[in-house]
Amino acid sequence: MKKFEYTIKDELGIHARPAGMLVKEAKKFSSKVTITKDGKSAEATKLMAIMALGVKKDQTIEVAVEGADEDAAYDAMQAFFSANL
Amino acid sequence: MECLKGKSAYAGMALGKIALLDEADYVIKRVKIDNPEYELGRIETAKKAAQAQLQALYDKAVKEVGEASAAIFEVHQMMLDDDDYNEAIENTIRTQMVNAEYAVATVGDNFSEVFASMDDDYMKARAADVKDISERLVKNLFGNADSNMNFNEPVIIVADDLSPSQTVQMDKDNILAFVTVHGSTNSHTAILARMMNIPAIVSVPADLDKLSNGMEAVVDGFTGMVYFEPTEEIREKAAAKINEEKEKQELLQTLKGKDNVTKSGKKINIYANIGSVSDIGYVLANDAGGIGLFRSEFLYIGKDELPSEEEQFTAYKQAAQMMAGKKVIIRTLDIGADKQADYLNLGKEDNPALGYRAIRICLTQPEIFKTQLRALYRAAVYGNISIMYPMIISADEVLQIKKISEEVKEELKKDEIPYKDVEEGIMIETPAAAMISDELAKLVDFFSIGTNDLTQYTLAIDRQNQKLDTFFNPHHEAILRFIKMVVDNAHKEGKWAGICGELGADPELTEQFVKMGVDELSVAPSMVLKLRKIIRDMD
Repeated sequence: MKKFEYTIKDELGIHARPAGMLVKEAKKFSSKVTITKDGKSAEATKLMAIMALGVKKDQTIEVAVEGADEDAAYDAMQAFFSANL
Repeated sequence: MECLKGKSAYAGMALGKIALLDEADYVIKRVKIDNPEYELGRIETAKKAAQAQLQALYDKAVKEVGEASAAIFEVHQMMLDDDDYNEAIENTIRTQMVNAEYAVATVGDNFSEVFASMDDDYMKARAADVKDISERLVKNLFGNADSNMNFNEPVIIVADDLSPSQTVQMDKDNILAFVTVHGSTNSHTAILARMMNIPAIVSVPADLDKLSNGMEAVVDGFTGMVYFEPTEEIREKAAAKINEEKEKQELLQTLKGKDNVTKSGKKINIYANIGSVSDIGYVLANDAGGIGLFRSEFLYIGKDELPSEEEQFTAYKQAAQMMAGKKVIIRTLDIGADKQADYLNLGKEDNPALGYRAIRICLTQPEIFKTQLRALYRAAVYGNISIMYPMIISADEVLQIKKISEEVKEELKKDEIPYKDVEEGIMIETPAAAMISDELAKLVDFFSIGTNDLTQYTLAIDRQNQKLDTFFNPHHEAILRFIKMVVDNAHKEGKWAGICGELGADPELTEQFVKMGVDELSVAPSMVLKLRKIIRDMD
């Protein structure tokens, strides 16, 4: 398993649109991608669960990637967050 | 031919095809089923249809409003595909052995509840999205997709009742008349009909199941009669009456550009009431002297989230510019009671007319209020805007408003954003405000008497309740005395007073109002020239 931490810069936090894009991105990989904020976790392929985490600007989340293609997924997730959130 | 009698909410004659408007809330029953696979199959079909509809909406929106605004439909598509949402529906069907409609509705409610309870305004607003997709699924399950509000040819709208958000979405260029089974002569349907100058009949005991789209009908707003599949004789009479009305209308047009002045030289301003910028066409076409009531709440209802400062600024600025220096009186958010917006989560109240509404929301949620005020002061730079505050009951409220508006202006000044000071007044629509109008007159620049609410509160009669129509006397002496008192109190302080409720457009009272010294009548655009004629014929 590989993990990284990320602090949200987007004014609205993880809002609907980027959450939807995140789901699309995460579904490209067989690895399980988990987002954790304050002890609450959601799978990155589940849109409403991610939105329900209510991640706001300046909050730090942990992104964990686990599975066969975790190296590729890890890189993709890092690129995704810095580009979109 | 079927001939039914209702109550006329606005006079006029129409002849054309009917369009049935489905009620948005279907009755969802919990039904025990024994074949969950069959229900799941129905969900699959409904979902496929929903995806296609959303794709079409997305494509249309991209063309019309751009990709950023269209993105909401893409989000809806993704929500429909959400694993948790779909598993919850499947589980509900399998474990409770219930029908698909019921499962979707309960799961939709649960998921939207999750968002509604979050402590983040943006996420709260997403509750509406979840509701929206669930309603779409349920509609598809009922075999009835988008209730279409756009019509290719002029039609007579026939519905159970019309909600404000439905009327907002309608394609107003193609409506000949309104016929509703429910609703009173004071309902939103009636208000809209007056705006558009088309006949409306409410309380028509029609069986909607027996009617079909495209059926021909005659709507006689003079008598309150509706004829479905009319005879040739009725059709001809209607056509003749329509022509006659058209000629009268043309005669009124000759009064354009003339003053609202009596033979003895008494003048009164006649302004128009509008709900959105798109209504300004009617205002100009009828030569109103200004806008006496811009109901800003229509920027707030029928959508998923609060309108942004920019969105409001654009609308107010456009109104100010289109009116080119003529007065535009904008009423701040008057939501609550019969006008609802899901994203505000106002909740159900036992007594909404006496509840959490209008200025009460604005004073307890100042961030919403401030956004609107910023937009208003900024737009004021582009024309002659006045601000009017609704539902006032005390001088203290006016002082609180002043404090907040001073803060807003300070902020604008600090940010070096151009703004302008404007004339600020209040609505007199509670008996409390009328009673203390002598004190209130010292604090504001003008009064506008909202006779709809003032009447409902003074007579203790709910204006949407048809059973009370027989007790309802719009010319009740109590109301007329209140109006006189408010006008006199305004004049004592050198301020002006107008009337913006439906009573202001009542031709039977125009003479009395002029004699009372009412300074302004704000009425539906279609009434402006009619009142001008009455005034010019007065001694």
